Amino acid sequence: MYKMIAVPVDLAHADKLKKAIDTSADLAKLYGAQVTYIGVTAAAPGSGGHNPDEYRTHLDAFAAEQAKAHGIGVATHAVVSHDPAANLDRDLLAAVDEIGADLVVMASHTPGAVDRFWHLWPSHGGAMATHATASVFVVR
Amino acid sequence: MSDDTLSTGLPQPEGPANLIETDYEVGQDNIETSLGPFGLDIHNPVFVISGLSVVAFVVLTLAFQNQVDPLFNGLRGWLTSTLDWFFLAAANIFVLLCLVLIVTPLGKVRLGGRDATPDYTYMGWFAMLFAAGMGIGLMYFGVSEPISHFTSSLGGTAVENGVRTDWAPLGGAAGDEQAAANLGMAATIFHWGLHPWAIYAIVALSLALFSYNKGLPLTIRSVFYPIFGDRIWGWTGHVIDILAVFATLFGLATSLGFGASQASAGLEFLYGLPNTDTFQVILILAITAVALMSVVAGLDAGVKRLSEINMVLAMLLLAFVIIVGPTLAIITGFFTNLGVYLADLPALSMPFGREDANFSQGWTAFYWAWWISWSPFVGMFIARVSRGRTVREFIICVLLIPSAVCVLWMTAFGGTAIHQIVNDGFQGVADAGQDFKLFVMLSQYPLAAVTSFVAIVLVIVFFVTSSDSGSLVIDTITAGGKVDAPLPQRVFWCTFEGLVAIALLLGGGLGALQAMAVSTGFPFTIVLLLACFAIVKGLMDEPRD
Repeated sequence: MYKMIAVPVDLAHADKLKKAIDTSADLAKLYGAQVTYIGVTAAAPGSGGHNPDEYRTHLDAFAAEQAKAHGIGVATHAVVSHDPAANLDRDLLAAVDEIGADLVVMASHTPGAVDRFWHLWPSHGGAMATHATASVFVVR
Repeated sequence: MSDDTLSTGLPQPEGPANLIETDYEVGQDNIETSLGPFGLDIHNPVFVISGLSVVAFVVLTLAFQNQVDPLFNGLRGWLTSTLDWFFLAAANIFVLLCLVLIVTPLGKVRLGGRDATPDYTYMGWFAMLFAAGMGIGLMYFGVSEPISHFTSSLGGTAVENGVRTDWAPLGGAAGDEQAAANLGMAATIFHWGLHPWAIYAIVALSLALFSYNKGLPLTIRSVFYPIFGDRIWGWTGHVIDILAVFATLFGLATSLGFGASQASAGLEFLYGLPNTDTFQVILILAITAVALMSVVAGLDAGVKRLSEINMVLAMLLLAFVIIVGPTLAIITGFFTNLGVYLADLPALSMPFGREDANFSQGWTAFYWAWWISWSPFVGMFIARVSRGRTVREFIICVLLIPSAVCVLWMTAFGGTAIHQIVNDGFQGVADAGQDFKLFVMLSQYPLAAVTSFVAIVLVIVFFVTSSDSGSLVIDTITAGGKVDAPLPQRVFWCTFEGLVAIALLLGGGLGALQAMAVSTGFPFTIVLLLACFAIVKGLMDEPRD
């Protein structure tokens, strides 16, 4: 059913990713699909690394760890964004297109009271579900 | 596990060998929290102290206007008249260092590592650095400053009790219109050419080098690593960063306040719109609202696109003036002015033994302090968009090309206005108020309604891009150098800047706080001199091929 599963990962909040990562691994085994972790970084030094190269090393290490834990192969795709704070949704959508993913599994927070009034500025998961051509599995 | 073919578009900086060894992690002093629906990721204590001290300064200025105004204006005046030699000498050092870097092998170092590729095309890059650097200034001073220097030069020198009381540059050019025109243009280009751009280049280069090549956070304190070491993560660094936020926020807010009253005066002159406080507040709100949309759209869809639109509009206006104005005089004037600028440069930039104290202190030292107080903002923004360029390419594009464009711009606008006075006998521009000179000059040519409208649009969009890029810079500094801090923080700073401008416009105090912002040029001159040392030291360690 699915060939390529994209999992956007935020290395600065890796602790909140477990459920999405477990889900993607189970789906990958079920459908015999490939998994690619997408990470977005800025060129300037940040919490994910001092430069894009180092960020990619960290992303690879994280992917290797998860691959070992789940017994699947995991590829990585690092995106260098000019302005991650503003362009994250666009950058993720472009990356999902670029790797040709047909399913996106991504973590999102549980909607609270404010989300009822905050439709104009949806969460990243919301933006992905609205605009992506691939299927989107938002994990809460 | 990584699949290289999937990791396209990734610049490859040089290996970690050149990173500065420090235990500091970007964002380690940050507080991550949320306020209602908004996530926050702010540096402790830079964010809080900057924000609160800005509020305190605004409140104190509004409450004690009669005391604050003479205090800050006196401070600014004292600095530029007593330490004029310091500002002039420092600016000369910046220009010389930039020129040296172009010709030495250090120019081969690439920002972001040996194999980094540029983040932006030449067109987008140049548009952004020009819009941030001096867009608005060229609109306001392009006609008025050449006329000022031309008029004072023509008036010649006047001496009272052994002190010169005139404002002419150098020895003036009493009664000689051609010589006065040349001197007026040379003096103007001096204030808008190599020196201001060298000031920006030094700040931008040092930030880009220590951030992209050495792995330190993109914030002003990082430049001091070679001097202070790990102490920059403590209060030494906090003070530097807070001072940068202070200079940037007050510089932007006061120029937004003054800009609104100038634009409002222009709109009254052109279209008879009411030049009232209410209208000026509406202008500030409108500029801030557009800036907010641009902030939310992000760097590429917001400030880059607006800068490109503005560059095209500015080039069209420039081409129009060249074509319908005295075309031949402008074209020959470009080369003449470039020549007189270079010929007068040693005398104009001489820090010691100046007889034209009014000019060298009141104009030059004031300008240098002003450019330097802007430099944390403009320099940091230029650094943000310059990754992937070599040092040589960077300096040619940040120093030489903008300087050449300024020569052309000043020749076309100022030269045309002088031409109207000298050749056409039209005194309108000389008689008009400071805010209207550009429009009076344009009124002498066809399609004045269209060109004046374009000029107004340019001024307003330049304010929007400054407000947007300023929020970006302040947000990055107050987030400890993180460029991916939550967007609502940028929205906060952009709104805050608009509110400070409105409070000062209505309550008075724009002049006082602008004088205070310009005064920060003094500590930042010391900062920049140390940055020169840091740049050379930092570049020596980088691979060059």
